[in-house]
Amino acid sequence: MSQQDCPPAGDDPAAAPVLDVSQLDVAIGASRILRDVTFAVRPGEFVALLGANGSGKSTLVRTVVGVLPATAGRVRLFGVDLTERRHVPWHRAGYVPQRSTASAGVPATVAEVVASGLLTGVGFRRTPDGADRVRHALEQVGLADRARSAVATLSGGQQQRVLIARALVRDPELLVLDEPLAGVDSASQTAFATTMARLRDRGVTVLVVLHETGPLAPLISRTVVLRHGRVVHDGPPPPAAPGNDDAEHHHQHAHAPDEGADGQHRAHALRVEPGGLP
Amino acid sequence: MTTLTDMLASPLMQRALIAAVVVGLAAPVMGTYLVQRRLSLLGDGIGHVALTGVAAGWLVGNALDLTPYDVLAVPGAVVAAVLGAIGIDVLRERGRTSGDIALALLFYGGIAGGVLLIGLAGGTTANLMGYLFGSIATVSQTDLVTIAVLGVVVLVVGLGLRPALFAVSQDEEYARSLGLPVRGLNLVIAVLAALTVTVAMRVVGLLLVSAVMIVPVAVAQLVALSFRSTMRTAMGVGVGVCVLGLVITYLYPLSPGAVIVCLAIAVYAGVALVRGLLRHRAPGDPHLDVPDDVIVTP
Repeated sequence: MSQQDCPPAGDDPAAAPVLDVSQLDVAIGASRILRDVTFAVRPGEFVALLGANGSGKSTLVRTVVGVLPATAGRVRLFGVDLTERRHVPWHRAGYVPQRSTASAGVPATVAEVVASGLLTGVGFRRTPDGADRVRHALEQVGLADRARSAVATLSGGQQQRVLIARALVRDPELLVLDEPLAGVDSASQTAFATTMARLRDRGVTVLVVLHETGPLAPLISRTVVLRHGRVVHDGPPPPAAPGNDDAEHHHQHAHAPDEGADGQHRAHALRVEPGGLP
Repeated sequence: MTTLTDMLASPLMQRALIAAVVVGLAAPVMGTYLVQRRLSLLGDGIGHVALTGVAAGWLVGNALDLTPYDVLAVPGAVVAAVLGAIGIDVLRERGRTSGDIALALLFYGGIAGGVLLIGLAGGTTANLMGYLFGSIATVSQTDLVTIAVLGVVVLVVGLGLRPALFAVSQDEEYARSLGLPVRGLNLVIAVLAALTVTVAMRVVGLLLVSAVMIVPVAVAQLVALSFRSTMRTAMGVGVGVCVLGLVITYLYPLSPGAVIVCLAIAVYAGVALVRGLLRHRAPGDPHLDVPDDVIVTP
């Protein structure tokens, strides 16, 4: 896809991108997970990253937050190349990894895990109003009353919300989330969508990996779809694939979010036109 | 009572008690980080490598005709332990060798290297026994200074960098996304663990070094909910069993290392038992009051 074909990105196309990925290749061992990935996220955008299992979504977000190194190509976060690790303004970005890592070998409280999101730089400095920020972040995910509980005693969905709070405590300008809705019940999904809407209204830029757009669908301003490690769609959310676009499906989406609890919220399976392939 | 005052009056025992307090405080601090990153056996691996360092120090001391001939044993152990700990961390990070296999290599290489080098130095394995099982009764003034300085370094860095070390041990990948110098922090943990091993070597011996780091943490885990209280409780248990163990060996001719570790394990068993009884009596309801996802007909 050439530059000209790209749809106008973001609320303000002239603004410098918050995240700029160009011709990115990522290989892990002998397998080349991402090939020639180019896309940008501009301030205020709410970008959904979609694709089947194994299409490279998680690898892409892990690379843009500096967890994995790029094999070729370039990633710029707030205009700074990620290879210049010391100069990247890490404190302006928050990352919510795919669930599994909320607890470790030693007990830790919810507040302790969330407070680790306050660290920047070498990790020496402590944030003076840290306790207030931790409480505020936990309020946003509805876990304020569990601050002193051990993380391991929480359910999977609650641990997911702890990880979201850990990213929110940084008060990030860019929020990168890897499947935040996986294993979260529908009431919590709705609450999460409300939180995300509030963040978007405050001007927070969001890049979120999703399997199903669910209650986030109305917030999404642009969709990037990966297939076999390549970008096959970059633009408005594509239509649902056959079998997922039946009348009943649309009917459910017409409901207000608070009525979502009366039925299983089905996935948007997305159909991508092959025209975008190189 | 007179036994107690006699004990405290003995310079030998004074030195041993100071060493025991330093080890009891420092070892559980590093043990907490190691357990958190699920590397409980790292201390053992480092301990085995330190044995090679002891023998190498001995060999060099012999070759240079130094007196006493084992003056370089502890410095040798420090160097070998630090190199071994960094080596295992590099192996782990490269991902080619699993942490498990890397530890196994360290175990075998360390013991075999130690026995080989002590043989070359003209000694026998009997010379290594004091290091393998501890010889706190023979702690000299110089040993004490080494133990105290290294112990303070471990405590200051281990406690001072706690937020960062916690973050990197809790979730290494997330720590990377925070922009923390993850590789540097991993090396700090590896080096501090190595120093802890050499500090504890004289008190409990290389074979039991890891127990003083890990068992107090295991005890603390039974009762603590937070990381902070786990570390504090572990330090308390560490000091308690080290000092008590030492006092027991003043009264009875037993190996201090073995007594200290057995005490620690007894504390673990006791706490686990009491906790089990208490938990059994009052099981709480952990469930939140949230609406169902589906409509359930009553």
